[in-house]
Amino acid sequence: MTPEVEAGVAAPPEEQGVVARAKVRLESLGSLARMTGQVFSRAVRPPYDWGTLIYHTESLGVRSLPIALLTATFAGLVISLQFGYFLGRFGVQYTVGRVVVLTLFRELAPVLTALTVGARIGSGMAAELGAMTVTEQVDAIRALGADPLRKLVVPRVLACLLVMPVLTVFADVVGLVGGALVVKLQYALPLDLFFQGALDAVLLEDFVSGVFKGAVFGVIIGLVGCFKGLTVEGGTEGVGRATTQTVAVTSVAVCLADFFITKLTLYL
Amino acid sequence: MRVARRRPEPSTFEFHKPTSGEQLIHFEHLTKAFGPKHVYDDVELDVRAGETLVVMGGSGTGKSVLLKCLIGLLRPDTGRIVFQGHELTHFTEDQFIPVRRHVAMVFQGSALFDSLTVGENVAYPLREHFPEMSEDELRKRVAEKLALVNLPGTEHLMPSDLSGGMKKRVGLARAIATDAEVILWDEPTTGLDPVTTQSINELINSMKTKLGVTSIVVTHDMVSAFAVGDRLAMLANRRIVQVGTREEIRRSTVPEVRAFLDARRAELVPGGAS
Repeated sequence: MTPEVEAGVAAPPEEQGVVARAKVRLESLGSLARMTGQVFSRAVRPPYDWGTLIYHTESLGVRSLPIALLTATFAGLVISLQFGYFLGRFGVQYTVGRVVVLTLFRELAPVLTALTVGARIGSGMAAELGAMTVTEQVDAIRALGADPLRKLVVPRVLACLLVMPVLTVFADVVGLVGGALVVKLQYALPLDLFFQGALDAVLLEDFVSGVFKGAVFGVIIGLVGCFKGLTVEGGTEGVGRATTQTVAVTSVAVCLADFFITKLTLYL
Repeated sequence: MRVARRRPEPSTFEFHKPTSGEQLIHFEHLTKAFGPKHVYDDVELDVRAGETLVVMGGSGTGKSVLLKCLIGLLRPDTGRIVFQGHELTHFTEDQFIPVRRHVAMVFQGSALFDSLTVGENVAYPLREHFPEMSEDELRKRVAEKLALVNLPGTEHLMPSDLSGGMKKRVGLARAIATDAEVILWDEPTTGLDPVTTQSINELINSMKTKLGVTSIVVTHDMVSAFAVGDRLAMLANRRIVQVGTREEIRRSTVPEVRAFLDARRAELVPGGAS
């Protein structure tokens, strides 16, 4: 141990690194929180740029629909296959529709949509805004008297907020159809039994809980993607770093948020 | 006893037409650091109305930082920036908006919005600062500014269709769209061939003669610096080491200036943030 460390003058390099990294992460989190406040305060105040909002909503929604539907279809197929098999072991295979609908509506549809579509949308936003940042286009927006948060971030975050619940509903429907197909083709159960069970089991709050999750995940994806894009450092290499970080951060944030929203919605 | 800490209340910015030669901008005891890296220790500089002031310095000496501090894209750590008697240092982002209407910046890489056409790029500041302007007036103003930079009829082109020199010109057209009185040029000739460099130099000079604008040009291109500058300032060792006319700079005995001019002792010009 060096005298400097004993005297408390300086920490060893690896410790400095940890402290410095923690400080950077905390500062980054603080900046994201500040940006979140600024975005929402701008979103509720005029002028509203409806044209840009519609453009982003349409482009994000349409481009993300195929991957959302594909993911939901396979999610429905797999959980129906799994639950059908294991519920059969306990002699209650006829309840598969109830289990599948609750699993899909409350959990799988919003979370899988957020993880797959979110990674795609978030990284795309980070790359687009990151490229604008390194080519000084964001500085140019400010220099020309405009507000980059209002011009770039607000429409994207609002578009995510609108698109994700809609995609979640599509995922609900497609996943349920996928599940029904497996029940019919694999386990030879009647479709009306599956759908009747599903209708009996599901409550409005189950549906709303999933859609609400989709909306929250949408805001997280939009905010993280835009934040990472606007805080890019280090040229094109930094843009690449920001896009991969966006995928990692949104995935973790979605999982964390999912736990807390589930806790909240189960006990409300 | 409690001592009230008073921060000067920023005033609302109003531009008044200056008389030629009056002090327009004053940088006073400016310091700026990015983390552990000190860019400025004590920068002092005056800019007079109607002149073209060139700030020279090696790569990474913080020339662009000076321009960005002036329009609030970056904030100095300490010191003051005074523009027509208004201290900008404590201006909020909203208070900077009218300043940015009168002080326009031409970015190093042009920074054109690549999703918009040339015409939409030039119209962008007009839509921001004059939301009441009609589409006809807007089109007229865009065409007029593009003609001024020798690019008439290019409204429909995309930035990706343009050469480096043309992008600089469109960047200038966008900057002067709001009839800015001060133009900040960030490395206007970097990466351009000699012929295009010459045409950009002529454009900078024509802005002064045709529009009477004040320009601050940051560059490390000595040919350009002497072609456009009424006065030249040398940024080195985190401060302005000399300001003078072309002749005074040419005859300078200041070591950093000499080293830069002669391009022999480049090690005297330290690296740093740009």
